[in-house]
Amino acid sequence: MVERKIRVLVAKPGLDGHDRGAKVIAASLRDAGMEVIYTGLHQTPEKIAATALQEDVDVVALSILSGAHMTLFPRVLDLLRENGMDDVLITGGGIIPQEDVETLQALGIGRLFGPGTATGDAAKYIREWFVENRADAEA
Amino acid sequence: MSHVIDTDVPESADLQQEVERRRTELAELEAKLAEWEATSAATRQRDDTDFTTVSGQPIRALYTPLDTRDDDYLGDVGLPGDYPFTRGPYATMYRTRLWTKRMFSGFATAEETNERYKFLLARGTTGLSVAFDFPTLMGYDSDDPLSEGEVGKCGVAIASLADMETLFDGIPLDQVSVSMTINGPAIMLYCFLLAAAEKQGVPFEKVTGTIQNDILKEYQAQHAWIYPPKPALKIITDIFEWSSEKAPKFNTISISGYHIREAGATAVEELAFTLKNGFTYVEEGIARGLDVDEFAPRLSFFWDVHNDFFEEIAKFRAGRRIWARHMREIYGAKRAESWRLRTHAQTAGVTLTAQQPHNNIVRVAYQGLAAVLGGTQSLHTNAMDETLALPTEHAVRIALRTQQILAFETGIPNTIDPLAGSYFVESMTDELERQAEEIFTEIDDLGGVVAGIESGYFQAKIARSARRFQDEVEAKSRLIVGVNSFEEEDEPDIEILKIDESAGAAQHARLAELRRTRDGEAVERSLAALTEAARADRNLMPPMLDAVRCYATLGEIRDALEIVYGRFQEPVAF
Repeated sequence: MVERKIRVLVAKPGLDGHDRGAKVIAASLRDAGMEVIYTGLHQTPEKIAATALQEDVDVVALSILSGAHMTLFPRVLDLLRENGMDDVLITGGGIIPQEDVETLQALGIGRLFGPGTATGDAAKYIREWFVENRADAEA
Repeated sequence: MSHVIDTDVPESADLQQEVERRRTELAELEAKLAEWEATSAATRQRDDTDFTTVSGQPIRALYTPLDTRDDDYLGDVGLPGDYPFTRGPYATMYRTRLWTKRMFSGFATAEETNERYKFLLARGTTGLSVAFDFPTLMGYDSDDPLSEGEVGKCGVAIASLADMETLFDGIPLDQVSVSMTINGPAIMLYCFLLAAAEKQGVPFEKVTGTIQNDILKEYQAQHAWIYPPKPALKIITDIFEWSSEKAPKFNTISISGYHIREAGATAVEELAFTLKNGFTYVEEGIARGLDVDEFAPRLSFFWDVHNDFFEEIAKFRAGRRIWARHMREIYGAKRAESWRLRTHAQTAGVTLTAQQPHNNIVRVAYQGLAAVLGGTQSLHTNAMDETLALPTEHAVRIALRTQQILAFETGIPNTIDPLAGSYFVESMTDELERQAEEIFTEIDDLGGVVAGIESGYFQAKIARSARRFQDEVEAKSRLIVGVNSFEEEDEPDIEILKIDESAGAAQHARLAELRRTRDGEAVERSLAALTEAARADRNLMPPMLDAVRCYATLGEIRDALEIVYGRFQEPVAF
C-alpha cells in the first residue's frame, strides 16, 4: 500500500506556450491520487529547481514542445543535483526525437512521453518508480 | 430550398397556392418521418461511436426540410458576396480567384528561411507566412539569456530590421504578400517589415500582408504575451489608427480561433471566443473615436480546420453570418467591407499523429477540403511530420501539392458553396450560431473578454474541453487511427528535420556585429522617445518606426515599453 501521496511538480520551462499537454497531465495525475503542483508557463530552470526544493517533490515532470529540450532537461537535472535532490525523478514529455530521448536518458532523465501517450501510462510509470525508489513508499 | 412562407400577406393567389402546397408537403413529411423514426429506434445502431462530433455535438441520423423550415433564404443564407455572407465573402469566390496557398514556414536564421521561401515561391505557393522562433514570439533578442536553446528552433529568429532585410532579400514586398504570426511584439515586427519594404523602395501603401496581432487569444490559448491586456489593446488600436491612413492594404489583425482550438476548445468555443475577441477590438477602435468603417475592412480571421468535416464547414459559414450581423446591427458599420468576414485557415496540427505519420496526409486532405467547402480565402496545409519536428522539404511539398490537387483536379472550386441547401449543413450552421450567441451572453455576464481572461474563464473552459477529449480517446469512445485503434507494432521511423545549435551562435555573432556598427546614440535617443510616447499615451507607430530604422533590437524595444506598461502575469490553474 502506498502510504503518502506522491508529490509531482509539472513544469513548463522556457518560452514555449503550449500548455495543453501539461494541464491534461497535471489534472490526470491529480485524479490518479497524486499531489500536483503546476508552475505555469515560461519558467526558468532556476525557478523550477527552487520550486522543486521548496515543495519537496518526488517527481519533476517537464513539458517541452519548443525544441529546446537538449538545453532545458540537462539544466534542470544539474540544478536539482546541485541542490542535493539527486533522488528526484525527472520525467516529461513533448516533441522530442527518439535519438534525443536516448541521449537524455543516458544523462539520468527518466522516461519521456511523446504525442499519443495515454495519461494512464504516465501515472503508472510514476507510481512504479515511486514504489521502487522511495523507502517510505510502502507501509 | 427557399422557405419563404409568409402567410400574412399573400401577394397573389398563386403564392397562396404555393404556400398551401408547401404546408401539405411538410405535414406529409412529418408523418413519414415519424414512421422512419419508429423503424430507426427499433433497429440496432453501431456501438463504436456515440454519434457526436469531435466537439461533442450530438448528430441525428437524418436531416430533412423540417430542420431548415424556419430559414429565410435571403435573410439567413443569401447570395455569396451579399449580406449576411453565409455563402461566401465575395460574389464570385473561386471562379475569380482561388484561395491563396499560404504555407507557414520559418526556421533557424533569416538566411536559411529566405532560401525556403524561394523554394516555396518557385513551386507555386502564392503568399508567405512567417513562423518565428519562441524568443521572437516573446519579444526577446536571440542573445538574451532566456533565449538559450530556443533560437531558430520553432521558427526563424528575427531580432532587428537587419534580420528582416535578410529574410526578404530578393523577394519584392510589393508583389508577395506576407503574413506574420506575431502577437505580443506584433507592432515591432510590423515596423521591421515596413522598414524592410522601405529599404526595397516599396512605399507603405503598397505593402500587402497580415500581422496576427491578436493578443486576446494569446492570454486565452497561445500564451505569447508581453504586456497586460489594457496597454496591449492600446497598442493594437494604435496600429489600426496609423495603418488605416498609411498602410491601407495591410491586414492589421488576424483574429484567430486556430490556437484556441488547438489548445483544446470545441468548435463552438473556437467560433464564439474568436468572434467575441473580434468584437472587443472593434469596441476598442470605436472607443478611440475611430470610424468603424475606416478600420473594420482590414480585420481578418483565422480558423482551425479540425477532423469533423461538416461541423467545420458549418463553422466557417456561421462565422461569416454572425460577424456580418453584429457589425451591421450592433456596431453600426455601413460598408459591406466591414461586414464581410475574410479568413485564413490551417489544418489542425493537433490532429496529426506521431503514430503512422503517413496517415496524416489523408487527414490534411480531408481538412483542406472542409476549408475550401467552407469558403476560406487562404489555406495552410500541414505537413505529415509536423507532430515530430518542423517539416522537411519533402513533407511540405506533399502538403502544398494536396492543395493543388484540390484546386485543379477535384472540380470542387467550380461552383460556390456547394453544400448550401443541405438540410444538415444549414441546420448545423444555424445551431452553431445559436450556441455562439449563448456564449456571447455568458461572456457579457462576466464583464467582457478582458474580465474573462483575468478570472481565467477562457483558460478553464479550454482546459476542460481538452481533458474531455483526452478522456474520450483513452476510453476509446473516440477512435483515433493508429493511436487507440488500428495500431502497428513495428513502425519504421520517418526522416525528420533537425535544427542544430548553429542558429543560436550565428544570431549571437550577428547581433554583436549590429550593436558594434550601428549609431548607438541614435538608438538610445529613439528608444527614449518611444518610452516617452508610451508615457504620454501617444500613437506608438511613428516613434517605433524611428527606433527600428536606427536598428534598435526587438528586446530593446520591448524593454523601452515595459518600463511604462509592466508585464502580464498568468492566472495559473489546471
